[in-house]
Amino acid sequence: MLKITDVHTYYGAIEALKGVDIDVHQGEIVTLIGANGAGKTTLLMTVCGRPPARFGHIWFDGVEITRRPTFEIIRLGIAQSPEGRRIFPRMTVFENLQLGALTADKSGFADSLERVYTLFPILKQRADQRGGTLSGGEQQMLSIGRALMSRPRLLLLDEPSLGLAPMIVKQIFRVVEEINRDSGVTIFMVEQNAHLSLKLAHRGYVMVNGRIELTGTGAELLANEEVRAAYLEGGRH
Amino acid sequence: MSAQVSASRGSVSAPPIMAIALHDGFLGGAVALLFTLPLVGFRTVEALGGLSIETRLIEVAVSVVLVALGRFALSLNRQGLSLPVLAGALIGLPVSALLPFPTMALQLISVVGCVVIGIMAGLRLYAQRSHLTQTERTQRWDRFAAHIQDATFWLGPVAIGFAILLPLMPFADRRLLDIGILILTYIMLGWGLNIIVGLAGLLDLGYVAFYAVGAYSYALLAFYFDMSFWLCLPLAGLLSAVAGLLLGFPVLRLRGDYFAIVTLGFGEIIRVILLNWYQFTGGPDGISGIPRPSFFGLAEFTRRPRGDEVAFHHMFDLDFSTLHRMIFLYYLILVLALVVNFFTIRIRRMPLGRAWEALREDDIACASLGINRVSIKLAAFSISAMWGGFAGAFFATRQGFISPESFTFLESAIILSIVVLGGMGSQVGVVVAALVLIGLPEWFRELEQYRMLAFGAGMVLIMLWRPRGLLAHRDPTIFLHKRKSAHQQLVEAQARQ
Ligand SMILES: Nc1ncnc2c1ncn2[C@@H]1O[C@H](COP(=O)(O)OP(=O)(O)OP(=O)(O)O)[C@@H](O)[C@H]1O
Ligand SMILES: [Mg+2]
Repeated sequence: MLKITDVHTYYGAIEALKGVDIDVHQGEIVTLIGANGAGKTTLLMTVCGRPPARFGHIWFDGVEITRRPTFEIIRLGIAQSPEGRRIFPRMTVFENLQLGALTADKSGFADSLERVYTLFPILKQRADQRGGTLSGGEQQMLSIGRALMSRPRLLLLDEPSLGLAPMIVKQIFRVVEEINRDSGVTIFMVEQNAHLSLKLAHRGYVMVNGRIELTGTGAELLANEEVRAAYLEGGRH
Repeated sequence: MSAQVSASRGSVSAPPIMAIALHDGFLGGAVALLFTLPLVGFRTVEALGGLSIETRLIEVAVSVVLVALGRFALSLNRQGLSLPVLAGALIGLPVSALLPFPTMALQLISVVGCVVIGIMAGLRLYAQRSHLTQTERTQRWDRFAAHIQDATFWLGPVAIGFAILLPLMPFADRRLLDIGILILTYIMLGWGLNIIVGLAGLLDLGYVAFYAVGAYSYALLAFYFDMSFWLCLPLAGLLSAVAGLLLGFPVLRLRGDYFAIVTLGFGEIIRVILLNWYQFTGGPDGISGIPRPSFFGLAEFTRRPRGDEVAFHHMFDLDFSTLHRMIFLYYLILVLALVVNFFTIRIRRMPLGRAWEALREDDIACASLGINRVSIKLAAFSISAMWGGFAGAFFATRQGFISPESFTFLESAIILSIVVLGGMGSQVGVVVAALVLIGLPEWFRELEQYRMLAFGAGMVLIMLWRPRGLLAHRDPTIFLHKRKSAHQQLVEAQARQ
């Protein structure tokens, strides 16, 4: 469904992605793990065309989207919950969700809203509250909920567990699984929490310094010695 | 606060308050010297046989002393010695009013400085007394602002009703109507600019360009093609919107400061073109004899109608009065301003308005939601420009004479101040700020050029007191459960933090 081949992305003269190949198939949950500064966020942003890849190709559902403008790429059915959530703090929860549906068909709005409220009931209770006054966990839920409002076929999640208590992380991962299983949304997720995210994922990739170093099923990566040493056991190298 | 002060007074290691204040004062004086020496100290005068330089060292000395004293007082005030500072300011006020200064301007600076420092010391004393922290006081004002927002539900119609009745009041003379028209013009411009600055969050420093395009569109169309105001009004709006689109294309890729600087440049470019295209626009001479508006093309506001014209006072069987035209202009600008207001209120609820606000709140999130930022920015730019154009055409017909003089950067700055001081995005804020910034100086016109000084002092005070604007508070556009008042919401939000 999402096919990334030999993608290079630059920030000015700095090469942040040095030839990345990734495949995400229809209906999968795929996790990308890697140290800080490896280029994970850059990869998700490159898929959305901001910054665009300088070399290489990205296909979504057989359509090449490599250097197309962001808004066109998003309208093809990709949604992103960006790093740091980036909800609109001065707008209410409901207004945030409305903005998520801006590019979608109007007739599906009530359905999408219902679905998001079922996944995250707290958002319904807090519909009139300003986004900025939500707790960190609620903000993450809002960010995912807002992304779902456009009824995407591919959902990109950038570190949904960032700064959240273990309980909330588990809850969010459960919902991610539910989104994938019940609505058939394909999920490509960047995570620092290697343990939980690899357990959840069908397949995983490990990124080091702008390159993919390892790939395999979630279980394989969890069992892999290098992965265990670098990402699971307190970062021993 | 006071505990902190006495502690620092008692301790040996902390530098004493006086030393800090003296140091601040000297530093301020030195900086003042650096600036005033070249700017004030020397002046070229025309003398026999060419230019010669005249020195004004006394002025320099006085301004350096004034700055040093002011800085000294502010430093003391900041360190908690507000009472002596207040006393000093109160003594300084009559002293500077009576003392012979070398120039009037210096005296005024001294007087205004005493007032500002006195107010700051007073505010600080009040804050110390009331045992509230800065945040608590800000929150209190936020709640007050929210109350005002809530109150607009009934206050808005009341204010509109008042504005409608005003010209019919017995005390409505020429001067009051004049000020009313001026304020309404700025309210309309403020509301127009609010779309770019307040909603879309793009800092436009050259809004006056569109005002100028509108004014000149009408003036030139009337001059060359003899077209009537009512035909030109929509055309002026259209041409301004086109100007907005044309200027928008190259500018909108820029962000933040760069955007602001380029818009400033465009504002000046338009003015310079108007100034230099002598054959077409009349250059610095401007265009005079711009036709006044008729009563919707049905009647003219003249004492003796010419040819087959119909006079307004004949049509309604009134005695002729020059006030009729004023009243008509007043209602015209009132309607135009209200149209802008209702448009903005409507569009905030629609996808385009939503997208603008998303753009203002978070540029990156906005992109990740699939919003085509270039096109919505262009829309904001051209719609805002269109309202500016309408206001410009109105300005031209009201004045009967326009020249590039009327469209300087100062004009953009005033309109922007109205938006920013009102609290970006707040429609009521624009009204309040326009009343304060345009109404007050206009009312005190006797002070002549010192009005601008008072204007600056007022602005500094407002920025110290409410840095985010008088009524900075975003009102949600829709409520799902029951409509909560903005005030209620704010209290809840503050309680949760
Ligand atoms: N806007 C930018 N301009 C310049 N360099 C950037 C920019 N964004 C990221 N980089 C650089 O690109 C590299 C990859 O950054 P990226 O944010 O993709 O890392 P990451 O894997 O997401 O890290 P983290 O886990 O900390 O979020 C880093 O070296 C970073 O400094
Ligand atoms: Mg990242």
